[in-house]
Amino acid sequence: MSSVNNEREEILRMSGVDPTKCMKCGKCSGTCPAFDAMEYHPHQFVSMVNKGNIEPLKQSNAIWQCLSCFACMERCPRDVKPAKLIEAVRLTVIREQGMNHLESENVPCMLDPELPQQAIVSAFRKYSK
Amino acid sequence: MVYSYYPGCTLKTKAKDLDMYARKSAEALGITLEEIPEWQCCGGVYPQAQDEIATKLSSVRTLNSAKEAGNDLVTVCSACHHVLKRVNDDMANNEYIRTRANNYMELEEPYAGETKVLHYLELLRDVVGFDELKKKVVNPLKGKKIAAYYGCLLLRPSGVMGLDDPEDPSIMEDFIKALGATPVVYPFRNECCGGYVTLQDQSLAQKKSNKVLGSAEAQGAEMVITACPLCMYNLKNNGTEHDLPVVYFTEILAEALGVK
Repeated sequence: MSSVNNEREEILRMSGVDPTKCMKCGKCSGTCPAFDAMEYHPHQFVSMVNKGNIEPLKQSNAIWQCLSCFACMERCPRDVKPAKLIEAVRLTVIREQGMNHLESENVPCMLDPELPQQAIVSAFRKYSK
Repeated sequence: MVYSYYPGCTLKTKAKDLDMYARKSAEALGITLEEIPEWQCCGGVYPQAQDEIATKLSSVRTLNSAKEAGNDLVTVCSACHHVLKRVNDDMANNEYIRTRANNYMELEEPYAGETKVLHYLELLRDVVGFDELKKKVVNPLKGKKIAAYYGCLLLRPSGVMGLDDPEDPSIMEDFIKALGATPVVYPFRNECCGGYVTLQDQSLAQKKSNKVLGSAEAQGAEMVITACPLCMYNLKNNGTEHDLPVVYFTEILAEALGVK
């Protein structure tokens, strides 16, 4: 139980988010452009992290589907910043050795002639350490 | 008017047009853009975690270079502008990040967010002025129906970016009007194109980009303008159901100013 609590505290510290401010209006998930592609939605990240139920989020595909578009942050009436929480969960995964989601040797086959450098550096920042 | 200029990695490679037309237009408007010496890539996305310090340093170096040159800092790419403005906000207002970043940097004088960061569009609106810009147009884009695509990074989070109203922006529409064209307002102009997720799940980027283009097309747009190379890529390559032309805003600026 204590390691679960430590992980919760670590994620709150990294993100700077206070999930207890959430009033469960669901606006973050309602406005999320990746909603259909996520098995856990922004409002669930807030409530599950708050309860210390973090492992399912770490195992989810949702952490890779967040677009970092900041719609949930902008439109939250309580300034909870769900995007920061999703980023913190993603970081707890990729900061572990061998847990990179994108490896450099897999990049060449993803390239097409028009793909901008910006896409590659952004993906590395999001998916790898 | 002299400004420090940060082009960013993509403007030197896949988005040369965005850079070239920005420089030509600035010259025509009497603005000198001095490229920051030995600048480094901003990383493309803002590292959101409090304890991400090293990943913010390339931005701090850029911001400090502008400070040492005594200039405001101008960027054109939406992503670079986003990262630089948010890191600058951290350096000004977040003591935890400011202290640690300065510990790495070992500058003679610590950096504390002194540099003013401007997007090129802000330069046009707030320094040149759209009325003045209109007077300098030699080739008005009359009759062209142009949809401005803001995407995410220019506007959000509005508290830090401060560029415009995040839900009902007007800076790009006013820009289009100044060039003599007709702006097309459409619901998805500030929704996401899919961004970097095209590398992880291309079908998601296709859905998002098609929604944006479909929304612009439904409102009668003949062309879409953007400030972001990744939006450009997604709209062009992942907006598979539409073939609306997408161009950089600096290209139509250069065209209207007669320097294309």
